[in-house]
Amino acid sequence: MQALYAQLLVGLINGSFYALLSLGLAVIFGMLNIINFAHGALYMMGAFVAYFLLNLGGINYWWALLIAPVIVGIFGMILERTMLQWLAGLDHLYGLLLTFGLALIIQGVFQNYFGSSGLPYSIPDVLKGGMNLGFMYLPIYRAWVVIFSLIVCIGTWYLIERTRLGAYLRAATENPTLVRAFGINVPRMITLTYGLGVGLAALAGVLSAPINQVRPLMGENVIIVVFAVVVIGGMGSIMGSIITGFALGVIEGLTKYFYPEASNTVVFVLMVLVLLVKPTGLTGRAA
Amino acid sequence: MKHTISALLLGTALTLASASLASADDKNVKIGALSDQSGLYADLGGPGSTLAAQMAIEDSGLKAKGWTIDLISGDHQNKPDIGTTIARQWFDVDKVDVVVDVPNSGVALAVNNVVKEKNGVYINSGAATSDLTNAQCSPNTVHWTYDTYMLAHTTGQALVKAGGDTWFFLTADYAFGAALERDTTAVITANGGKVVGGVKHPLNTSDFSSFLLQAQSSKAKIIGLANAGGDTTNSIKQAAEFGIVKGGQKLAALLLFLTDVKAIGLETAQGLNFTETFYWDMNDQTRAFSKRFSEKMKNGAMPTMVQAGVYSGLLHYFKALDALGSNPHDGVKVVAKMKSIPTDDPLFGKGEVQANGRVTHNAYLFEVKKPSESKGPWDFYKLVGTVSGDQAFTPLAQSTCPLLKK
Repeated sequence: MQALYAQLLVGLINGSFYALLSLGLAVIFGMLNIINFAHGALYMMGAFVAYFLLNLGGINYWWALLIAPVIVGIFGMILERTMLQWLAGLDHLYGLLLTFGLALIIQGVFQNYFGSSGLPYSIPDVLKGGMNLGFMYLPIYRAWVVIFSLIVCIGTWYLIERTRLGAYLRAATENPTLVRAFGINVPRMITLTYGLGVGLAALAGVLSAPINQVRPLMGENVIIVVFAVVVIGGMGSIMGSIITGFALGVIEGLTKYFYPEASNTVVFVLMVLVLLVKPTGLTGRAA
Repeated sequence: MKHTISALLLGTALTLASASLASADDKNVKIGALSDQSGLYADLGGPGSTLAAQMAIEDSGLKAKGWTIDLISGDHQNKPDIGTTIARQWFDVDKVDVVVDVPNSGVALAVNNVVKEKNGVYINSGAATSDLTNAQCSPNTVHWTYDTYMLAHTTGQALVKAGGDTWFFLTADYAFGAALERDTTAVITANGGKVVGGVKHPLNTSDFSSFLLQAQSSKAKIIGLANAGGDTTNSIKQAAEFGIVKGGQKLAALLLFLTDVKAIGLETAQGLNFTETFYWDMNDQTRAFSKRFSEKMKNGAMPTMVQAGVYSGLLHYFKALDALGSNPHDGVKVVAKMKSIPTDDPLFGKGEVQANGRVTHNAYLFEVKKPSESKGPWDFYKLVGTVSGDQAFTPLAQSTCPLLKK
């Protein structure tokens, strides 16, 4: 039974990465109608930027948490301005193919220069060590990841669903022409939104750098799971993707305990089941 | 009419004569380096293995003797079906004579069958499974560098003898992990130890915390990592995070490569004990080779033992071809010649190719240095012991290879 509690907690930790990443995807899909396949590559870039900041600039983890998402976010905005904006109004497939291509290019470039085994990034001193909870030894860093990503997730949800800026955003996706008529610069808002989504991916990248290796393919595996999370939660639903992210982390953790061999397929089995029963996802609206 | 027939006969005779002449001193060789070029094993094999093959061609001296040697490379993406498709195409269309490297035991065993069917030569350096020279051995296969038996009987044995008598395995869920766990378990039980549990994790897992917690609660003295590449580095890194080593349990990295140590960083990797058969900083010859190698690598990496094995395996293959005088394009014949010549090369030293295809050479027990002991970017290992080839690898009497029973 103690082992079960431990697995639940570990699942929650993984869930926080899923939640952060699927949140970014949901924001981008909800506001831009783009299925952002480059999300995994941008997550990887976040980790690499943190690595470079530390090793080339001597800038520590805490600053990297702030700076890396901004740098990668700007990179994302350049992508949006130069490429993605021309796909607005076209079929989803075009955006998907373009971002998928971008992901392959970005990963390829990093792999060419850094190989596949990855680079070390150590846990900041303050967060080293762990505490004994009785049923498990919880590394402080993992606890930090859960708390921090919960705050970021709720903050983002609040920003989009409860503030005036968020209201503009949601209005702009419903009827861009009308919102423009009110004197709001919709294209700029779209660009900033993409930057925000990308920044969230980069933030998840920085958070995961001390846990996993900083390596070019780190986003490749996680992105497929995250897509499943978004599909299960309902495309474009902010709260849906947050809750599903955490929930799936827990379910995956339990699978690792009861039947480890299936741990990387259980999410997809769930996805199939959800699509069969409720094709719009658990919280999704009908299109 | 008569003239036409005699002309025809003459023509046929000439063609036959020239054809037989061509095969008598056919000095063309084509090498295929098959590896994981972009996935989790790409740094320990991959482009570096192709480079090692290229260097072997240059150093063989065969070109000066009139040989033409071509090299092509392929990416098996860690998928047996892709690996066998490439191998088939190489033999059928590209007329490849020898396939080298092939990390990933699953792919390696599949390709083993293709090479046998096509009567090519297979010099495997990248795969670990000892099945290649046991149940699945082939007269076309030579297995260089290492295997699961060797890893179990060096690192595994040393740890059990030092008191680590209860084990929990983290095993990669495919042919390699299964073979390594099986061979290590045999050593543990033979030395009076016990395996108390284990988990099989999918290949290329990024989060090991669930598995590590299970290992922790098993209270086993040793947590055996029967995985490789990125899976091993993530296991070690996260084990440190969960305080496993501090809690008194010991990690056994049964298979660890130079590039893995680089990826983990000395801070976390220090003190790990493991076995390799090649390290760049062993002697003047290995240093000279490694320096040349590293200068040609894009990221300046030193060679791993797998890449060194590709180089040495090919050098030995070229020796056999040179002794034969021409390329018979007959895998069984060339491999038989390779078995009849003792191996001796600058990287692995002296040894032999046994009748089952296993190459024996020294194996070395290493310990990862402390950050304070390391003098350069690739200065990672301390030598703590040497095991001779006949002790490290499967004794022929124990090999289950059907070739030996003839």
